[in-house]
Amino acid sequence: MTDKPAGMTLIIKTVCRLLVGLILLYGIYIILHGHLSPGGGFGGGVVLALGLLAVLLAYGREETLKWLRLGLLKDLEHASPLVFLLIGLAGTAWGGAFLANILSKGRLFALLSSGLILPLNVVIGLKVGLSLFLVVLAMAEFDLDKGAEE
Amino acid sequence: MILPYFIVIPLLAAFLIPLVSRRRDTGAVVLSLAAVSSLLVLAGLAFSGLGGETLVYRMSAWKLPIGIPLVLDALSALMLIMVGLIALTSLVFSVRYIRRLGRDWRYYALFMILVTGMNGVIITGDLFNLFVFMEIALFAALALVAFGGRAHEFEASFKYAVMASISSSLILLGIAVVYGATSMLGLATIAQSLADKSPLLVLWTGGLFMAGFGVKTAAMPFHAWLPDAHSSAPSPISAMLSGVLIKTLGIYVLIRLFYNVLGAPPLFLDIFLGLGAVSILLGNLLAIGQWDLKRLLAYSSIGQVGYILLGMGLGTPLGMAGAVFHMINHAVFKSLLFYNAGALETALGTRDLRQMGNVTRLLPITSGTSMIASLSISGIPPFNGFFSKLMIIIAAVQAGQSVLALVAVVGSLVSMAAYLKVQRYGLRGGRPVEKLVGEVDVAMKAAMVILAVLCLATSLLVVPAVREATLDPVVKVIMDKTQYALTVLGK
Repeated sequence: MTDKPAGMTLIIKTVCRLLVGLILLYGIYIILHGHLSPGGGFGGGVVLALGLLAVLLAYGREETLKWLRLGLLKDLEHASPLVFLLIGLAGTAWGGAFLANILSKGRLFALLSSGLILPLNVVIGLKVGLSLFLVVLAMAEFDLDKGAEE
Repeated sequence: MILPYFIVIPLLAAFLIPLVSRRRDTGAVVLSLAAVSSLLVLAGLAFSGLGGETLVYRMSAWKLPIGIPLVLDALSALMLIMVGLIALTSLVFSVRYIRRLGRDWRYYALFMILVTGMNGVIITGDLFNLFVFMEIALFAALALVAFGGRAHEFEASFKYAVMASISSSLILLGIAVVYGATSMLGLATIAQSLADKSPLLVLWTGGLFMAGFGVKTAAMPFHAWLPDAHSSAPSPISAMLSGVLIKTLGIYVLIRLFYNVLGAPPLFLDIFLGLGAVSILLGNLLAIGQWDLKRLLAYSSIGQVGYILLGMGLGTPLGMAGAVFHMINHAVFKSLLFYNAGALETALGTRDLRQMGNVTRLLPITSGTSMIASLSISGIPPFNGFFSKLMIIIAAVQAGQSVLALVAVVGSLVSMAAYLKVQRYGLRGGRPVEKLVGEVDVAMKAAMVILAVLCLATSLLVVPAVREATLDPVVKVIMDKTQYALTVLGK
């Protein structure tokens, strides 16, 4: 097992390399789509995570971690709910209640007409995508006899 | 309005902790202690400032039948104080205790999420919101039960996860039935809408909720997960689980749903009585048989929850006052007993009562506080457990349930036998312990002393003047039944 190159075959790696950008783009599309129409942070975030997981599966853990900065991902993952809470608190400060809308609601049927929902969707998408990816990564690293490695 | 801060503060702390801490846990300790103490202060202020009123907060400023309300009345404020208090002492106890397992900020982040979930369940006025917060608390609890990372801890956590998922599915089904019949998810709007629906609907939803939340409460036929989960967790977490989690997710929600939403249907009150009586007898009896100290305490929790259910099932103001009183008392003395078990485990390196001996000389504070807690839980005056059990027994006699009163008395004797065993073998055995393997530090001692003092101080709640200010507003909220809906909707 050890003398084989990490990850799957060349075919899968090449296809994955071509597809991962499209998958991530589709995830972003669903996240941005969600403030007015079906879609949203959770669904889009899952697609983002799937893009990253495709890389993890095709290239193996070590290659993937060379490509991604794990510390930054973790910090982003922890910071995104903080941003959500801060937006909520901004609602208490200027909108009269927690998570109340403080942005202009714009014109009906125009693109930017959902107030706070768009930034909240982006934050949720980031959180869900990174969380799902990091959960799978943590489970891949876990060894029952030794416990989790930091 | 302070209502959203009961959820925002612990959640903020939970996500700040991983950002500020790297290798060390100092930042995590400071942040979580600050968060929990501010929660306790807020809850205290809320309870004293409330004066029997009900505060309703509309999230996102949406109007009521549509939006999600947060509701703070005397019952939720009292629960918030209880959660804040036990969370604070557990954190103080944890600092040194958890460092045995490594300096890990993740413990504190999970702890804060557990507090978030419990506070959310207590303060929300929306059924689905309640379900979500319940799941948040449960998942944090599952991770914390397995925090030690050994095989039997994973096993306990997995068992807990299976039972919790089954009960959550039943609850979700119940919510679906309610939503299908009423098109409402707010507790107040459901209460109003159910009033003119068929009584069969109340039976269906009540049955599903009774089974689902019965598992969370760990009343006797639903108890199988509790002894494993509560004894495998780190001791401060056992205190949180036994002391407040089963009461927040179980007892509190049962009271809220069956009294304030369904209007206390007599059939379900009888079920409360039955579950209570079975739990009192069997929970305490099974406790006697245990040699693992924390397992004994876990079984005894089932027995003590039986008293609360018994008080709830009587349906009289005195019975309800006894139930609420016993709930507070049990949080105090059972948490203290779990701290004692944690301190003994730290000092002696074992949880097996047979391998312990006489530690009164080496661990005076641990043995002293555990004596106080044992006397309280067995119902010896002047400690708090005596008064709450007495209230429940008197209420049972007044309600014409003398058999149940007898069950409560017998159960109390049986639980006394279990705690005699703890004292006789665990702390005051014949063979003096010569050497300790670990040190019980100042923070652990402080946590134990605070709760030991409270074991005595909460007895004062039985004094009529104090009772009028503390227990009576809570009992009024519960016994007003579906008046809750009118108050929340502002009619």
